Amino acid sequence: MKTDCIPFQDSFCPIQLDLLKEVGNIGAGNAAASLSSLLNIPIAMSVPSIQIAGFDEVMESAGGAAEEMTIISLRIEGEAPGSMFFALAPNRAELFLTLLLGDLSNTLDLRQSALEEIGNIIAGSYLSSLADFTRLELFPSVPVVINDMVGAVLSTGLIELSKHSDQALVIETVLIVDQAEQVHGVFLLFPDPLFYDALFRSEGVTSEG
Amino acid sequence: MRDNVRTIVKVGIAEMKITSAPGVIRTAGLGSCMGVVIYDADRSIAGMVHVMLPNSEMSKNQYVNPAKFADTGIAALRNKLIKAGAASSRLRAKIAGGSQMFQFHSKSELMRIGPRNIEAVKSRLSELGIMLAAEDTGGDNGRTIEFDPVSCVLNVKTIHMGEKNI
Repeated sequence: MKTDCIPFQDSFCPIQLDLLKEVGNIGAGNAAASLSSLLNIPIAMSVPSIQIAGFDEVMESAGGAAEEMTIISLRIEGEAPGSMFFALAPNRAELFLTLLLGDLSNTLDLRQSALEEIGNIIAGSYLSSLADFTRLELFPSVPVVINDMVGAVLSTGLIELSKHSDQALVIETVLIVDQAEQVHGVFLLFPDPLFYDALFRSEGVTSEG
Repeated sequence: MRDNVRTIVKVGIAEMKITSAPGVIRTAGLGSCMGVVIYDADRSIAGMVHVMLPNSEMSKNQYVNPAKFADTGIAALRNKLIKAGAASSRLRAKIAGGSQMFQFHSKSELMRIGPRNIEAVKSRLSELGIMLAAEDTGGDNGRTIEFDPVSCVLNVKTIHMGEKNI
C-alpha cells in the first residue's frame, strides 16, 4: 500500500519520542555495563539523542561518508526490524584491542576474533535489554565487524527505510571509555518503519491516543 | 590544468547533479548503492546519480524521488544532460558500486540489493541506448568516486583495495 511520506516530525508525539530515547538508553546502558566488565574499566554513556535527518546528514554525524571506521553491524529481524551499528574510529578500535589482549594484541587472527567477540557482547546486551523492555520478539543476526567507509556500511541500514522516506530516524548513544586516551564509540539504531508500529503498540503509546 | 580553481560538485545519497569543465563530480561511500556517471565527451559535460534501489516500484511512498531508483534516476539524468546541451547519441556511462557489504542476511532481499542494483542500472542504460564505457562494480568494499568531464576518467578510491582510474 502506498502511503504519504512518513513525516517523522509530525507523526511522533513527545511521549513516543521519549520512548524511543528510552530504547537507546536501556540498550546502550546494558551494552556499556557488559563492555565495562569485559575490559575491566569504567565506561560512561551519553544521554541518547534522536536524530531525524536526511541520509547524508546521518553519514556526516557518524564521521562522513568516505571516512574509514571500524563498524560492528547487526541486522534485527522479527517484530521490530531494524539495523544496529556500533562505530569506532580505527585507532580507537586499536585501544579496545590493547585493553582486551594486552601483549597479544598484534596477533592478527586474535584481533579479528576479539573484535567479533566485543561485537557479540555489546550487540547481544543491547538487544536483549531491548527485547526485555519492549516484550517483542527480536531475532538478531550474528554481528559482523567491518573496517570500511561509513557511507558504504551505514547505508545498508537505510535500504528498507528508503522505500518509505527520504529521512531516517536514528537513535544515537555515545560510549565514553573513561581513560586518559578517550575511546568513543557510537551506537546507532536505525529502526525500519515496522519497528515503530510494533514498539508503540507494545507500549500502548499510539498517535491517536 | 590552466586553472587551479576546480569546482567539486558533491552528489549525496539519492541525489542527482551535473557539472561541466573544469569542475569534477564526486560521490562518497558507495556500498550497495551505485554511482552512475553519464557524460558527453565532446561537450565536456557530465552528470552523476547516486541510486539506492533498483526499481521505483519498490517505493511505498506516493512521492517518488527519481534519483533514489535506478530506473527513474538514469532516465532523469539523461533528460537533464540533454537539456543542458548534451547530445543523446554521444552519451556514454561509467558506473561503480553495487557491493555486497555483508554476508549475514543471505536469504533476505536486503542482502541482494547490490547485485540487483548493478543489473537494474545496466538494463536501464541499455534500454535508453547509452553505451557502458567502464565499470567497477560488485565485491564487498566501499567506494568513493570522482569523474572529470574533460579527461572522462572515473577515479575509484577504496580503503583496502587502493585506487584506480577507469
